[in-house]
Amino acid sequence: MADRTVNTSEKEKAQEDAGGYWAANVRIITVSLVIWAIVSFGFGILLRPLLAGIEVGGTDLGFWFAQQGSILVFLALIFFYAWRMNKLDREYGVEED
Amino acid sequence: MDQFTLNLLFVGASFALYIGIAIWARAGSTSEFYAAGRGVHPVTNGMATAADWMSAASFISMAGLIAFTGYDNSTFLMGWTGGYVLLALLLAPYLRKFGKFTVSEFIGDRFYSQTARLVAVICLIVASVTYVIGQMTGVGVAFGRFLEISNTSGLLIGAGVVFAYAVFGGMKGVTYTQVAQYVVLITAYTIPAIFISLQLTGTPIPALGLFSETTSTGAEGSVYLLTKLDQIVTDLGFASYTEAHKDNLNMVLFTLSLMIGTAGLPHVIMRFFTVPKVSDARWSAGWALVFIALLYLTAPAVGAMARLNITELMWPNGTNGEAVSVETIETAPEYDWMLTWQKTGLLDWEDKNGDGKIQYYNDGSEAMAATAAANGWEGNELTKFNRDILVLANPEIANLPGWVIGLVAAGGLAAALSTAAGLLLAISSAVSHDLVKGAINPNISEKGELLSARIAMAVAIAVATYLGLNPPGFAAQTVALAFGLAAASIFPALMMGIFSKRVNNVGAVAGMLSGLSFTLLYIFLHKGWFFIQGTNSFPDTVDGSLFGIQSTAIGAVGALINFGVAYGVSLATKDTPQDIKDLVESVRVPSGAGAAVDH
Repeated sequence: MADRTVNTSEKEKAQEDAGGYWAANVRIITVSLVIWAIVSFGFGILLRPLLAGIEVGGTDLGFWFAQQGSILVFLALIFFYAWRMNKLDREYGVEED
Repeated sequence: MDQFTLNLLFVGASFALYIGIAIWARAGSTSEFYAAGRGVHPVTNGMATAADWMSAASFISMAGLIAFTGYDNSTFLMGWTGGYVLLALLLAPYLRKFGKFTVSEFIGDRFYSQTARLVAVICLIVASVTYVIGQMTGVGVAFGRFLEISNTSGLLIGAGVVFAYAVFGGMKGVTYTQVAQYVVLITAYTIPAIFISLQLTGTPIPALGLFSETTSTGAEGSVYLLTKLDQIVTDLGFASYTEAHKDNLNMVLFTLSLMIGTAGLPHVIMRFFTVPKVSDARWSAGWALVFIALLYLTAPAVGAMARLNITELMWPNGTNGEAVSVETIETAPEYDWMLTWQKTGLLDWEDKNGDGKIQYYNDGSEAMAATAAANGWEGNELTKFNRDILVLANPEIANLPGWVIGLVAAGGLAAALSTAAGLLLAISSAVSHDLVKGAINPNISEKGELLSARIAMAVAIAVATYLGLNPPGFAAQTVALAFGLAAASIFPALMMGIFSKRVNNVGAVAGMLSGLSFTLLYIFLHKGWFFIQGTNSFPDTVDGSLFGIQSTAIGAVGALINFGVAYGVSLATKDTPQDIKDLVESVRVPSGAGAAVDH
């Protein structure tokens, strides 16, 4: 009986951990996608008039974001996510062997 | 050595390399054929993904699309790279954890429905076939120009080479060939760009050159390249280069469609099945984008610089001076490229007013009408300039040495062939693994499945070659269509399969079917049924379109419909069984990746 209680609580703990791991992952994804949308749809398109005053090499910052800046931010986001998730995997002990 | 021999040398050497790799990397098992034995290093896979991804449209068409439109076509740059963020965060690691061979297999298992799997297979085949047409046309264009042979024989040679490494090597052969093709295509793309950037701005990095000052100093001192470009194009009545001319709604939806479509294209997703671990899949997406960005950061520079070069060639004395004379075009060496390309029918000019000069300006602009009347111009005399030739003609326009032109020929072919091979692999594995093994004959032996995969590949190559000879539209347009379909059908199903435990079999099928049929219907209504001209009900322009949304941007709306219908129908029907909830749980955590593989 004692064994069974331990097993159940371990299983529950594992489930809570899995839930926590997934919730943390979804949080990281959400923040990353907000940045993804702001640099491309935001700075590159919709918010471009707001950035019109900031000059970059003969044009404005919005043009730079649309043609180069957003791509650089996308790169940073993917590498950040890979690094952050590999760390999260270890924190929750769910990394691959 | 003459130009033809140089081109032949570069193209021939690159093809010999691909065939050599094909012989070295033959596939012996289905795991090697479908997923390269899952032993590909994440950086190698990133490079192969970049070649797989960057097609004739990226290499040949994109700089031209940006050059003649400017800011508005930044949508292609953001759309075709932003999809990798979605892929890396929302799909790749989980699908690698699932550990099967095809995208449709995940959909079939997760939604415990053979119907869902078949719908996914159909979406996959339709999207991939549409996409492969653009590649085959690109192969024809490149061959026709550089090796002076007909489109048809060019296409047949290209198809033969793909046949050699894709049929025998499968994913294994394709992966290592794509690595070689990436090196060829990126070298071919950047070398002319570096030369041109040095000529125009003195900066060896084209991406920085785009935002630099030009080396030629005018009366008012040095000016930025983009300022100068804006000035001369508006002088000739064309729309300014850096300003927005398209409405925000269409720009956002088109960009979003390209992004979701990128993340939903099966030939890209399946590249992530080849890496050993879940964490490798995450890194690999980043490496893929690094290799893609090398070209995508260069492309807008190539576009702007080529536009400036061409305009200045047509107006050697400035936009207020005399236009270039017909005699100069026919005799001066820096105009040789115009004669070469005129032969292909993709470039042409006509001295309409008979003044012996070729006036290049926007005759559709009302502001230019007065200038034209005052100078006796009777319409734009650079009558034809196909945007697709821009990158291929660029080294000649900038007067670069002959070997650079040969390199660009090999690069254009590498871009088209690597993408074609990836698509053909996606099609053949869907046919052999999902249709033959999954539906028709589940007890087929591994040897039998491998044979059917090879036959499917051979048939797919034949169909693609036929469609390449009879294409429905020009390269970039057919590609944009494939994106709409992938966005509306495949991406939402995969994402819901991972992020929701509630979406069930009925919901997924209803979602995919409604997303797909809405998107197809909208495209056919604007582009004609099955692209037959004259059968469209609405003009294919923003203003004339049904919802004020251009048909190429409708994929994002189709995706939203897919999400909405799938979720709504799922809530109204039975909850998913426990084993499916467990499957979703196991896909969400990296540990135990090996255990999930079952073959």
